[in-house]
Amino acid sequence: MKKIIAQGLKYKYPLAETLALNDISFEVEAGEFIGVIGKNSAGKSTLCQAMVGLVPHFYKGAYGGKVLVDGLEVKQHSIADLSLKVGMVFQNPFTQVTGSKMTVYEEIAFGLENIGLPRDEMLKRIDEVLKLLKIEHVKDHNPFDLSGGQLQRMAIAGIIAMKPEILVLDEPTSQLDPAGSDEVFRAIHELSQQGFTVIMAEHKMEKVAQYCNRVLLLDEGKVAAFDTPEKIFSRDDLESYGVTAPVYTRVCRALGVKNAGTDCYPVTLEDAEMALRGVIK
Amino acid sequence: MIKVSNLSFSYHKAEGPVLSGINLEFDRRSTAIIGQNGAGKTTFVKLLKGLLKPDEGDILIQNHSVKLKTAAELARTVGLVFQNPNDQIFKRTVLEEAMFGLLNIKMGRHTAENQAIKALKLVNLDDKLEMNPHDLSLSEKKLLCIASIVAMDPDIIILDEPTIAQDHAGKKIISQIIKELAEKEKLVMTIIHDMDFVAENFERTIVFNEGKVLLDGETRDVFAQKDILQEANVEAPGITQLAEKLGFEHTILTVEEFIKAVK
Repeated sequence: MKKIIAQGLKYKYPLAETLALNDISFEVEAGEFIGVIGKNSAGKSTLCQAMVGLVPHFYKGAYGGKVLVDGLEVKQHSIADLSLKVGMVFQNPFTQVTGSKMTVYEEIAFGLENIGLPRDEMLKRIDEVLKLLKIEHVKDHNPFDLSGGQLQRMAIAGIIAMKPEILVLDEPTSQLDPAGSDEVFRAIHELSQQGFTVIMAEHKMEKVAQYCNRVLLLDEGKVAAFDTPEKIFSRDDLESYGVTAPVYTRVCRALGVKNAGTDCYPVTLEDAEMALRGVIK
Repeated sequence: MIKVSNLSFSYHKAEGPVLSGINLEFDRRSTAIIGQNGAGKTTFVKLLKGLLKPDEGDILIQNHSVKLKTAAELARTVGLVFQNPNDQIFKRTVLEEAMFGLLNIKMGRHTAENQAIKALKLVNLDDKLEMNPHDLSLSEKKLLCIASIVAMDPDIIILDEPTIAQDHAGKKIISQIIKELAEKEKLVMTIIHDMDFVAENFERTIVFNEGKVLLDGETRDVFAQKDILQEANVEAPGITQLAEKLGFEHTILTVEEFIKAVK
């Protein structure tokens, strides 16, 4: 089943001279984990915001083409309606904090209160996500007293608690240490296995390669390619899009070592190890 | 340049120390501080900058105790780029933002403007002088914050998570700035989670864990200590791990080194 359909999506911010999104078309199946990559200002964040309706409803500006999320056309539905289907974790967690709640626990409850979830269910879900994101120990802290990493975990928890069928995340692990970043990727991967659809803008190519089913490569507001991580990161022209392949791919490419029986270079530590074992004595 | 002795600090006495018994000396080697979230890294650099004062122990910066100086007095010597650019940015134009610190250390307007523009050139923001900084993207805001500090030309520059939101091009710019500062004999320190960036750019690496220094040494030697890194929940760079798995004799830090070792 198609969860997201973008058809000829074009968008220009008010007062901007160029299109931030220029004729974007792609389709995403339910349960897919999609990585969105590209250099800065390629349109990654704007595309994320177009999935949840902030583009165009909040930012205004010129809009063309259409996006359907779970059958709802974004342009024709309010952000409130869309928020039941699709949740977004902002690039900067500081931007996402409401500022109106005194504790992490209440902050996570914010979205749930707004959709009028029964209290019992709310408590259950909050406890779940506190545990999932490992922030139980700071549940009574003021959100503004958290470290950058804890704040980012809270921001993700608040959205996951809403259980939207589609999760959009804009660089969700930028403030996390490697172990924490790995935990979050695993948690999100787990959700995608359970059937949640995930769209994630990300610069950590090693993680994209490891966890995403497909990768959407954006360049100057256009879709440059949409394919498996192996295919995307094996492209000869990748650098011209301002993207560097995972370190494993770069080293295998330099040594001319491909995955056995394919035309692609390894993209993960495990694959690279396997491919290189036979080559290096 | 900096001597930290027996440093301890806590935000709330009841919750125990965030940092305890830290002894470190910093020379001009570019230095990365790594470790888990909550290990005390940001607290440590805030103490160096005089934004927080030690509970115990002392910090000498160029032989002066930070306890006896205000953060304003330290501003000429120590520059700190905040983790969250929104905590740092507050002026109405990019140029004013980059000039703010300079004017505060009583530099003349004309010289301040020149210095600021020079720094903004380094981060490719010199074509956006009149823009409102809040209209910049997160990565540009971060670069603006770096430029604002570089413009002040302090001897010690601390970058808290400089590579957040940066793409390949942005990281290259930052890496270039670090090199140039090192050539000018500045001490560049960073708090960072991007291990590949550490391996490629920093001579010395210090691992913090639960408020203490767990490892300290040449970056290559630090990333060779697999077991201790694991204890601090820190991973060596991907290329280092790959080389290790394949049984390389020496610790590898970059793709170039890897290829050289194979050929």
